Amino acid sequence: MSNNAVENFEPKILVFACNWCTYAGADLAGTSRLQYPPNVRVLRVPCSCRVNPQFVLRAFQRGIDGVLVAGCHPGDCHYTTGNYYTRRRFLLITRMMDYMGIDSRRFHTRWISGAEGPKFQQVVTEMINEVKAIGPNDKFRDDAKIEVKAVETNE
Amino acid sequence: MERVGVFICHCGSNIGAVVDCARVAEAVRNYPGVAYSTDYKYMCSEPGQEMIQNAIKEHNLNRVVVASCSPRMHEKTFRACVEKVGMNPYMFEMANIREHCSWVHAGKNEEATEKAIDLVKMAVSKVCKNEVLQKGHAPVTKRALVVGGGIAGIQCALDIANNGYQVDILERTPSIGGKMSQIDKTFPTIDCSACILTPKMVEASSHPNIKLITFAELEKVEGYVGNFDVTIRSKARSVDMSKCTGCGTCMTKCPGKADDEFNMKLRKRTAIYTPFPQAIPNKPVIDRESCLKFKSRKEGKDVCGICAKMCPAGAIDYEQEDELFVEKYGAIVMATGYEQFDHSVYGEYGYGKYPDVISGLHFERLVNASGPTQGHIVRPSDHKEPKTVVMVKCVGSRDPEHGKSYCSRTCCMYTAKQATMIRDHCPDTKVYVFYMDVRTPGKLYDEFYNRTREEYGVDYIRGRVSKIYQEGEQLIVKGEDTLLGQQVEIAADLVILANAMIPNPDSEKMAQTVGIGYDKDGWFTESHPKLGPVETHTAGVFLAGACQGPKDIPDSVAQAGAAAVKVCALLSKDQLETEPTVSVVDTKLCSGCGLCVPVCPYKAITLETIQERKGGKTVERQVANVNSSLCQGCGACTVTCRSGSANLKHFTNAQILAEVDALCQTMQ
Repeated sequence: MSNNAVENFEPKILVFACNWCTYAGADLAGTSRLQYPPNVRVLRVPCSCRVNPQFVLRAFQRGIDGVLVAGCHPGDCHYTTGNYYTRRRFLLITRMMDYMGIDSRRFHTRWISGAEGPKFQQVVTEMINEVKAIGPNDKFRDDAKIEVKAVETNE
Repeated sequence: MERVGVFICHCGSNIGAVVDCARVAEAVRNYPGVAYSTDYKYMCSEPGQEMIQNAIKEHNLNRVVVASCSPRMHEKTFRACVEKVGMNPYMFEMANIREHCSWVHAGKNEEATEKAIDLVKMAVSKVCKNEVLQKGHAPVTKRALVVGGGIAGIQCALDIANNGYQVDILERTPSIGGKMSQIDKTFPTIDCSACILTPKMVEASSHPNIKLITFAELEKVEGYVGNFDVTIRSKARSVDMSKCTGCGTCMTKCPGKADDEFNMKLRKRTAIYTPFPQAIPNKPVIDRESCLKFKSRKEGKDVCGICAKMCPAGAIDYEQEDELFVEKYGAIVMATGYEQFDHSVYGEYGYGKYPDVISGLHFERLVNASGPTQGHIVRPSDHKEPKTVVMVKCVGSRDPEHGKSYCSRTCCMYTAKQATMIRDHCPDTKVYVFYMDVRTPGKLYDEFYNRTREEYGVDYIRGRVSKIYQEGEQLIVKGEDTLLGQQVEIAADLVILANAMIPNPDSEKMAQTVGIGYDKDGWFTESHPKLGPVETHTAGVFLAGACQGPKDIPDSVAQAGAAAVKVCALLSKDQLETEPTVSVVDTKLCSGCGLCVPVCPYKAITLETIQERKGGKTVERQVANVNSSLCQGCGACTVTCRSGSANLKHFTNAQILAEVDALCQTMQ
C-alpha cells in the first residue's frame, strides 16, 4: 500500500455493545450530540458475555480493522455476572493475538455504563485514532497477500 | 425465501439533514433478500406505520427492517405494527441511524450516509436469519416488596395495599418513618411533620394487606419479574417481638448509653431503645455495640441483664441471632431514600469541628418539641439562645470540586422554612442567609420565600462564605455580598448549613443486589428520564422517592403513588408474557460436559438424562437442559459451550455472524 493510501486510511471498527449499558451509553452520546468520527458500527448483543471470541476472530478474518467489546462496569451487569466472563475471556484473546503476531491494540474491552455517553465518545475516538496509526488489518484477513520467502533447501 | 422490506426514516430533519435517506434506500434495494425498499419522513407516525403494513401486504414481505432511532425507543412500536398484519414480531429488526449515526456525525453527510448503509445491511443480514418466536408465559406472585419505610415507602405500600394486594415493607432501622420522622415542620405550609406522618405509619402497620419487616436488610434477590425470590436478613433485636408489649420499662433502667442517631447525636439514648416515642413497631431493640452485657461478653464476662429482670413479659432474649429467610414477590419497589452530605470535608466551615456549626437536620431536631431541647433553639455548645444566626446554602450541592455537581432541590425551601421558624421562636434573633441562587419551583414555594424576606425580615445575601472561625464565644462568618460587591463579616452565635442530599452510602451495593442501574453519584437510574421515571431497566423493579434523586416530600409521595400504579398493573395479571429470547441446547451436539451449569446466573440449566438408540441398543447419556422460564437470555452459556450446542434465540451465532460478515463485505 502506498504512503498516500495509508495516510487517507479510514479504519472500520466493530463495536459489540451490551444492550443494558454500552448500547444505552452510545444512545446517550447521540441524544447529547457528542460527535465522534464515523468509523464505528455498533452491533447490539444482550450482554457482553454473549460475544464469542470466535465472532471477534471472524471479524478480523473478514478484514475489520479493530474490534471493541463493551459492557457494563464490573458489578453492574444486568445479568449479575456476565461481564466477569467477558473480562476473563478477552484477556485471553489479547494474549492470543500477541502470540499470533497481530497487534493487540486492534482489540479492546471497555466498561461503559448507560450514563457514560462522554466515555463512549472518548473510547471510540481514541480507538479510531489508535487503529488509524497502526494501519489497515492486512495480516489477518483471509485474502491477505502474505509474502512467502522461498526457502532453498539442499535436498 | 426471504422477502425483506426496508424502511428508512428521516425523523424529520433529525436523520434526513445528515443522512441521504433516499440514497440509503436505493443502496440496499438490490441487497440479497431485500424485496422492497423505501424512505419516509416519519416512520413511527400513523401514516408511516400504515405504509409498512401496506407494503407487507402488497409485496408479500416476510421480514421488515426499519432504519430510524434506537431500538430502545421504538422497537416495541414497530414490532406491534408488523404484528397487526400478521407478521411475527421477531421477524423485525431495527437499524439505529439516529443516535448512532446522524446525531453524532453532524456535517459529515457523506460518511454518515455510508455508515447508515452499512448499518441497514447488517440489519437486513440479521433479519434474514431470524426465526419465528412465540412469547412464553409465567405465573405472577401477587405480592409486592417495598424496600425502605420512609414516607415514599409507606405511601407506596398503602397505595398497593388499598388496591387489594399484599405488600411487605422492609426497613433496616428498628422503626418505619424515615427521614420525615426527624423533620419538625414541612414547607410551605409549616404543618407539623409528625402530625401528617404518624397517622400514615399507624395506617400502614394496621393495614390487613401490609406486613412490616423492620430491623432487617435485603440480602439477595433472585428470580425475575413476577417471581422474585428475596432473601431477607432479619437482624437480631434481642427482644422477642411476640412477647414484648412495648411498655418501655426496660428502657427506664438501662445503664448502657450511646449517641442518639435519631436526634443527630445531640443527646444520649439507652442501649435498649426505640428510636423515637412514636416508633412503629413501638418495641425496643438492643444496640449490641453499647449494651453492657454484650460488651462484657466480648471480654469473657457476663454482667448487667437489668432489662431482662425488669421486663414483665420476659421478652428479652440475649441469645437471638440474625435470621435469613426467603420470601416470594411479584414486584419490588426501591424506596431507600437519601442521606445528608457530611460537611466536614469543607475547611472553610471548620471541618465539622465547631459544635455551633450544624446541619439542617440538626436544626430540625433542635426545634422539635420532642427533641433534645424540647423545641428551644439553643446553641449546642452552651445552650444559650442565639442572637444572630447565619445560614449557608448549597453546602455540598452544585460543587463538583468537593461535593456534588447537582442541585439538591430541597435546600432553598427548607432554609427558608428554618429561617422563618427561628424568627417565630426567637423574634429578637437576626437571621442571615448566604445563597448562590434561590430556586423555588413548586406550588406556593416562591410565595413562601418572599414571605420569608418581606414578612419575617430574613436577610438574604447573595454570595459564598469563605471562612468561619471561632472568636471568643462567637463564630465569625466571612463572605462576599456579590450584589453589593463588598466583603461581609458577621459575628454569629449559630451557623446552620444547608447540606446536600446524597444517596445512601451503600446505594451502589444495594443496586447491585437488586440488579438495577445507578448514576455517577449513586442515585438509582430510572428507565427513561421523562417517560419512565419510576421504572428501572430491570422489569418488575420500580423506584419511589429520593433514592432516584433529591426530592421533597410532595414529589416523593407523588412518585410513590406512580410506582404503586405500576406495581398494581403488574400484579393484576394472572400470567406474564415472557421473552422468547432464551437459550436452547441442541441435544444432538451436547456432550453433557456441564460447563454451562455453573455459568448460568439464574440456575436455569440442569443436566438431565436422555435415552438414545445407538447401534441397536438403548443408551443413556447426560445433556444440558434450559428452563426457559428461568433463563433471562444473557448468553453466557453459549460462549462457554465447547461443542456449540447452546445457542441464544434471536441472538444466535448465525445471526451475529451474518451481521459481522455483512459489515466486513462492505469493505471489499
